[in-house]
Amino acid sequence: MTDLTTLGIAAIRDGVRDGQFKAREVAEAFNAKIAGADALNAFLVKTPEHALAAADAADAARAAGETLKPLAGVPIGMKDLFATKGVATTAASKILEGFVPPYESTVSQNLWNAGAGMLGKLNLDQFAMGSSNETSAFGNVISPWRRPNDTAALAPGGSSGGSSTAVSAGLAPGATGTDTGGSIRQPAAFTGISGIKPTYGRCSRWGTIAFASSLDQAGPMARDVRDCAIMLEAMAGFDAKDATSLKLDVPNWEAALSTDLKGKRVGVPKEYRVDGMPAEIEALWQQGIDWMRDAGAEIVEVSLPHTKYALPAYYIIAPAEASSNLARYDGVRYGLRDLPEGAGLQDMYAATRAAGFGDEVKRRILIGTYVLSAGFYDAYYTQAQKVRTLIARDFERAFERCDVLLTPTAPSAAFALGEKQADPLAMYLNDVFTVPASLAGLPAMSVPGGLDKDGLPLGLQIIGKPLDEQGVLNAGLAIEQRAGFTARPQAWW
Amino acid sequence: MSVDTATVKKIASLARIAITEEDATRLAPELGNILGWIEQLGEVDTQGVEPMTAVIANQLRLRDDVVNDGGIRDLLMQNAPQAEHGFFTVPKVIE
Repeated sequence: MTDLTTLGIAAIRDGVRDGQFKAREVAEAFNAKIAGADALNAFLVKTPEHALAAADAADAARAAGETLKPLAGVPIGMKDLFATKGVATTAASKILEGFVPPYESTVSQNLWNAGAGMLGKLNLDQFAMGSSNETSAFGNVISPWRRPNDTAALAPGGSSGGSSTAVSAGLAPGATGTDTGGSIRQPAAFTGISGIKPTYGRCSRWGTIAFASSLDQAGPMARDVRDCAIMLEAMAGFDAKDATSLKLDVPNWEAALSTDLKGKRVGVPKEYRVDGMPAEIEALWQQGIDWMRDAGAEIVEVSLPHTKYALPAYYIIAPAEASSNLARYDGVRYGLRDLPEGAGLQDMYAATRAAGFGDEVKRRILIGTYVLSAGFYDAYYTQAQKVRTLIARDFERAFERCDVLLTPTAPSAAFALGEKQADPLAMYLNDVFTVPASLAGLPAMSVPGGLDKDGLPLGLQIIGKPLDEQGVLNAGLAIEQRAGFTARPQAWW
Repeated sequence: MSVDTATVKKIASLARIAITEEDATRLAPELGNILGWIEQLGEVDTQGVEPMTAVIANQLRLRDDVVNDGGIRDLLMQNAPQAEHGFFTVPKVIE
């Protein structure tokens, strides 16, 4: 019998529906695999009983001859940024240690409503701030990938590093991620899986622990493009509880998947050819261009003149919003409280936040506080929001000449843990290709394109027009078909 | 851009994060580096450009002015580090 943990979302859904195997067998197989993968540190909380209960419901529905829900029998991993009722939720921070939400996030509720079950809560960079999963208060996530003849631990990317590790190691057929500046796409690229950040407003932010509210978007991470389409359909949808939620029907993305790009124009932004880009990334990008052409698309060179300012604008806007959002962690209503002997209320706030937040979170709160402080607000924050307008305008103009954009996802393959931690700026540069689409709220996806000389995955990014997830998924599928990427990490854990 | 330790302490105090003298000494050059790097935004000509307010055009909605939640005091208190008689408790504020 096939190892059920080698199957993706579509194969599990179809197999359960057609009676090839029971949903319970699937849940049991993944639960067992997770139990033997503690060395990866991908899970903060395991919830085998949640996955089994959803599986039993799927099996019972099938036995009763009912029409199965879209994700019936599919167990998934949940990034620990989504509040889950009755299950500890910490955003990988000490400040939320012990917090058990009395409510369910909209995105996770949507997934349960679609029949999915939860395998567990996935580790991440603390408050989703990081690109290597080294800022978690509960230890690094280790990528299942290794360089040949080298046992050095590699970064699974971040912030959705638990999600990328779980999917690429076969611990879950799919997982939720969130993307503020690249946190779905960069970890997907580092681990050889697919992930899509939809248009800002497609997925409700309600119940998702906030980092930078004007940028945060949830999305799926899975083995292939079809699985991403299926999972995104379940996650997305209007929600009155999120003021920025888009009141639009969720398209049937899976049904409209097509790899025929005839009549489509694919833009290649010349500003993404950055100095010092590794030759392998450059070569993969060219390969991707050839694949697009082979799929029938016309290639056009486009210009996004403000690209180089996207990263500095992001590192004003995101920390500014974070400093405001994270003001709620005060040791009063939930989470950690540090009350030094004889301390007053203000001292309690300061001691609690000093003890509860990790270094990177503090760094970003301080930067955010600085750029919003009296006398600096216009020079930093207002200027950054103006530059953001220019970046969005660049994309609008580019999309007058093309349907989607093709770029590399990240400027390098996965690096070793510890390699970039000493220099925050070097770490921030990891998001150079993903941040611009975030600032403009555009749908963007990473799909695996190939391996580098060390056998590590490299990703290609497709950026689409607002609300054109379909165009992004279709271009992604065209690449997937041509890349024939089947590499999986060898189990060493 | 250089940031001195006095500035770091002031910002940390505004952000309600307790820091030690060593923290301030370590953070000053670190924040100076990052702020120096983001200062390149000053080069961009933004004359006549409106600051971004919404990435995707969206109508702000109004909902009916009705109570649709509540009555869950105990549920809300259950995660409090310290709660008594249905109230969050904090150290004495008035001397």
